[in-house]
Amino acid sequence: MIWQTNPPLKKLLEVRNLNFSYKKDLVLKNINFTLYKGDFFAITGPNGGGKSTLIKLILGILEPKSGTVFLDEEIKNPVEIGYVPQNTNINPEFPISVLDVVMMGNGSKHKTLKSFFKIGYSKFEIECAKSSLEKVGMQGFLHSKISELSGGQRQRVMIARAICSHPKLLILDEPTSNIDINGQKEIYSLLKKLNQEITVLVVTHDLTVISQYANRVLYINQEGFMHDLKEGGFKIDNEGHFCEVELMQMLGEKK
Amino acid sequence: MIEALHYTFIQNAIAAAILVSIISGIIGSLILVNRMTFLAGGIAHSSYGGIGLALFFGLPIFLGASLFALASAYIIALVSFKQRHRLDIFIGLIWAVGMAVGIVFVDLTPGYNVDLMSYLFGSILAVSKSDIIYMALLTVAVLLFVHRFYKEILAVSYDSEYASLRGINAKFFYTAILMLSALAVVVAIKVVGLILVIALMSIPTYIAEQISSSLYTMMLKSALLSAIFTIIGLIISYQFDITSGASIILTSAAALGLFTVLKK
Repeated sequence: MIWQTNPPLKKLLEVRNLNFSYKKDLVLKNINFTLYKGDFFAITGPNGGGKSTLIKLILGILEPKSGTVFLDEEIKNPVEIGYVPQNTNINPEFPISVLDVVMMGNGSKHKTLKSFFKIGYSKFEIECAKSSLEKVGMQGFLHSKISELSGGQRQRVMIARAICSHPKLLILDEPTSNIDINGQKEIYSLLKKLNQEITVLVVTHDLTVISQYANRVLYINQEGFMHDLKEGGFKIDNEGHFCEVELMQMLGEKK
Repeated sequence: MIEALHYTFIQNAIAAAILVSIISGIIGSLILVNRMTFLAGGIAHSSYGGIGLALFFGLPIFLGASLFALASAYIIALVSFKQRHRLDIFIGLIWAVGMAVGIVFVDLTPGYNVDLMSYLFGSILAVSKSDIIYMALLTVAVLLFVHRFYKEILAVSYDSEYASLRGINAKFFYTAILMLSALAVVVAIKVVGLILVIALMSIPTYIAEQISSSLYTMMLKSALLSAIFTIIGLIISYQFDITSGASIILTSAAALGLFTVLKK
């Protein structure tokens, strides 16, 4: 238990005995882990292992079958969690500006009679969008059309959208799946930079992230079991649920 | 052509063309960006069931078609929430069952020899004053709704999961967009008919999508293009004495072809 020797850490999120199934079979079985403030936390594992499902349970999009997802007071309010979804459902040809994407769901909810006939954004809202874009290195793209950006640039805009409300926790689901190698490196060094202020939780297959950026890694295999690689060491459990080959591959790459 | 403008039915046709273009520019854009084209196609065809029922019970045609289309849209919305991966089957079902209901009730209506062709291919030259009032009311309703909830509609259309995380009721807006599509499709049936309505909703919007930087400008440009195509189509139909609905759609398709070639 190395982390106990460090200064006391604040728990931001705690998942205990979590089980989930879409139909009959459990997709996630007995998941336990804790996320501490300041973590750069990676969740990895094979496709179909339930990683995205776990994210949706944390976000409250899905309800657990049993077990608990405990959120600290700091992130109880949904605006305190920034989320960068997997981009598979988004229409890439959608005619929308960077400003509209960054402000999505971040603008003022209350409409006065005066603002009823106004479709644009207030000066304050535009400043907020600008500062978010600056943080992700996309200043000057405020009025660009999103379909004209590269995959990496588009993903930066998605991160800007997620951090616009100054969240305490940033969750990203496979943020580099459709991006070239250079773009991927840029995204992760950006996340590392953001991690100075925000706790980061990322679902990824990228081993560089796991070995170089993340301070803690969770591995979820097809059985739905969860292993905390850095916390619990790299042991294979007695019941043999852990896939040894995959683990050795991961360890081999990490050297 | 100019002397034709003195006829009331031509004036009505032009008014209807403009109103329907505004509606289909706005709603058609929403249908396109939400990738609901075939949902709207299914709803359009099913509304024939409402036409048949309205004839049988002696109700106004617009009312019957609107109610039936709204019911179809609601069913499709429910299915998309519960069984999204089986949606295509339900669209097919609603499409065919709606038409079958229409045909049966038209058959059962005593002594009424309905002009099926006018519903299938439109009859813009037969638009009445009350039709125009209905179209105008719907235009105002669509404008107010889309204006008031523009940001919410934009968020739900672009990324509905994210929108609902940020407290926007994505299901409500998805259902609302489908219901508005149903009403839009019904008024557009008068202009181009239920078989061709989906082309009117998608051709101008498809061109507009490629030359717009926001959903808002896409709606404006779609409405404008739609009005231009409809009026040119009407003129061609008058000059050559061909069915106006088909003439409007072929004009739009020719414009799309030209646009695609020039873009390269």
